Amino acid sequence: MASRASEPPLLAFEQVTREWGEGEARVQGLAGVDLQVHRGEFVAITGASGSGKSTTVSILGCLDLPSSGAYLLSGTPVQTLSPDVLAALRNATFGFVFQSYNLLARTSALDNVGLPLIYAGVGLAERERRSLAALADVGLADRADAHPNQLSGGQQQRVAIARALINGPEVILADEPTGNLDSRTSADIMKLLTSLNVERGITVVMVTHDPKSAAVARRNIEFRDGLIVGDTTRPGVAA
Amino acid sequence: MSLRATVSVAFASLLRNRLRSLLTVLGVVIGVAAVLTMESLGKGATAFISDTISGMGSNMVMVVPGSPSQRMGGGSSNAPLFTAGDLEALRRGTRDVDRLSPVGQKPLRVVVGGLNRNTTVTGAAPSYLEIRQWSVLRGRALTDDDERLGNQVCLIGQTVRQALFPGSDPLGQDLRVRDLSCRVVGELESKGGSAMGMDMDDVVFMPFTTFTRRLSGSDRIGLLVASASSAERIDDAKAQVTAILRARRHVAEGEDDDFAVRDPREIQAVLGQVTGLLTTFLLGVAAISLLVGGIGIMNIMLVSVTERTREIGVRLAVGARSSDILSQFLVEAVVLSGAGGVLGIALGLGAARGLAVVLKVPFVVPVAAVPLAFGVSVLVGVVFGVFPARKASQLNPLAALHFE
Ligand SMILES: Nc1ncnc2c1ncn2[C@@H]1O[C@H](COP(=O)(O)OP(=O)(O)OP(=O)(O)O)[C@@H](O)[C@H]1O
Ligand SMILES: [Mg+2]
Repeated sequence: MASRASEPPLLAFEQVTREWGEGEARVQGLAGVDLQVHRGEFVAITGASGSGKSTTVSILGCLDLPSSGAYLLSGTPVQTLSPDVLAALRNATFGFVFQSYNLLARTSALDNVGLPLIYAGVGLAERERRSLAALADVGLADRADAHPNQLSGGQQQRVAIARALINGPEVILADEPTGNLDSRTSADIMKLLTSLNVERGITVVMVTHDPKSAAVARRNIEFRDGLIVGDTTRPGVAA
Repeated sequence: MSLRATVSVAFASLLRNRLRSLLTVLGVVIGVAAVLTMESLGKGATAFISDTISGMGSNMVMVVPGSPSQRMGGGSSNAPLFTAGDLEALRRGTRDVDRLSPVGQKPLRVVVGGLNRNTTVTGAAPSYLEIRQWSVLRGRALTDDDERLGNQVCLIGQTVRQALFPGSDPLGQDLRVRDLSCRVVGELESKGGSAMGMDMDDVVFMPFTTFTRRLSGSDRIGLLVASASSAERIDDAKAQVTAILRARRHVAEGEDDDFAVRDPREIQAVLGQVTGLLTTFLLGVAAISLLVGGIGIMNIMLVSVTERTREIGVRLAVGARSSDILSQFLVEAVVLSGAGGVLGIALGLGAARGLAVVLKVPFVVPVAAVPLAFGVSVLVGVVFGVFPARKASQLNPLAALHFE
């Protein structure tokens, strides 16, 4: 930990709030959260429904901005960045995995995986080569031409993970990635995420309702009513 | 994101909705097709009519009785016909009139043996063919002697030749018009084409004297044709003719002419006015149909942006900038309307081709209109695509992703 103290944490919240609406209609998603995530960590976020887990992950991934407080990305306050820089961060620094997969319909697995590379300005041939490699990494090289409606939930989530990996992200943000899957498929997906964390050193922040999935992560953060109420790091787990 | 990638993304999403894309651009297709069809037919008709007019003889001047404010060509009026005296006075008194011929015409049945044909029998002076720049293919032309003596001789056009003398040489044979027997002394070259259904080769020529004595029964003259000494002298020739005829017909100072002196340039000018009017009207039709087509595109693009909000969310989540989304939808609109333009051009030219055959006018590709139509349809895509594309590009990533 000594070496980490000298450099700023990869992701840091300082009294981050997020609220919507005014007066009576005001809804508070985050009520002043302090959080630090260091490079290479595997963090599981748990908590009751509506406690602010998705809101946290969205802000971490620059899909949303805090209402107040600061989000520092490697020490840089994200609120000062232009929309195009935020887009570039979503493109290259973060990889998203959603509960509902969010693949483009009527588009092949290969093209879905290659989507971030289009916005990174990578040419067609290079795009296809890397997409195929990423599909192979998640064990779906033989389903490159399949459309999402021709794939099982577990396979679709693998495609989504391949898409999150394609541009070499530093952080994977997963919001209930196994929420729609049975326990065996969930275990496979968790194994995949763990290996990415251990073998490639990718930082993983994952929201989950499933204690078994949470148990895979070394660090567990619990949310309640827009605040962190528990943050435990257990020794002896993978990362 | 490169333009090439943008265009291929746009194509991919349009092809995913083939039928809808097609229906969306129908307005543009029909608008462009209509304009191209009319443009092509108009050009064909103009080319055809100019051909016909230049076939009349370029220095030609026509004189008809009746006030010039009346319908072109004189029409029926109470103004007296011209006389042989008028003709003589014009021959002597004009400096810039080269040739002058009276013309009489009558639709009559012409008989040769067992064959007959209703054709136009024309009586005119020998100079008539020179005025019309019409030459004799075989045999001889009419002579001054023929005219003076009222010889019973005639020239025939190619249509008459084919109808009445199939497979035989007409020269030296006789044809009969009413009770007049007339020897064929020459065959005219073909003038080609037919002006508004009128076949110029469907004609029998004879001396004016023969015509008036034997067929019309009157030596009054309903039409004079003349040729000016040169194209530059046409206006002088017309002025001289006008002065002499006003004097001979006792038209008082300040009164309108009771005859009209025309030349083909005027006909062409009137024609230009008509086609100008038609073009303006067409442009109006085109503007309206392209406006409607453009609104159709905007409508579908707005629907598409709403339908694809989640797709936009996904694209934003994986790193699309708002300018990428803007250009994607803009290019989609432009590809859509541009494709509509191409389809419309093909359809319009196809229709014009078919109609040209039916209407017997030459098929002309309106060279300037093709790129213009394409350019305008692309422009329609830009103009009507901007609003939906801006709407798409301004979506919030998270809201778009969670859009139901
Ligand atoms: N766009 C929004 N507008 C208004 N309120 C919102 C919005 N997004 C989230 N909220 C509110 O913020 C709070 C936190 O939402 P969040 O989605 O972070 O919960 P969560 O912990 O992910 O819950 P779940 O486990 O059900 O996914 C909730 O009360 C929710 O209603
Ligand atoms: Mg949630």
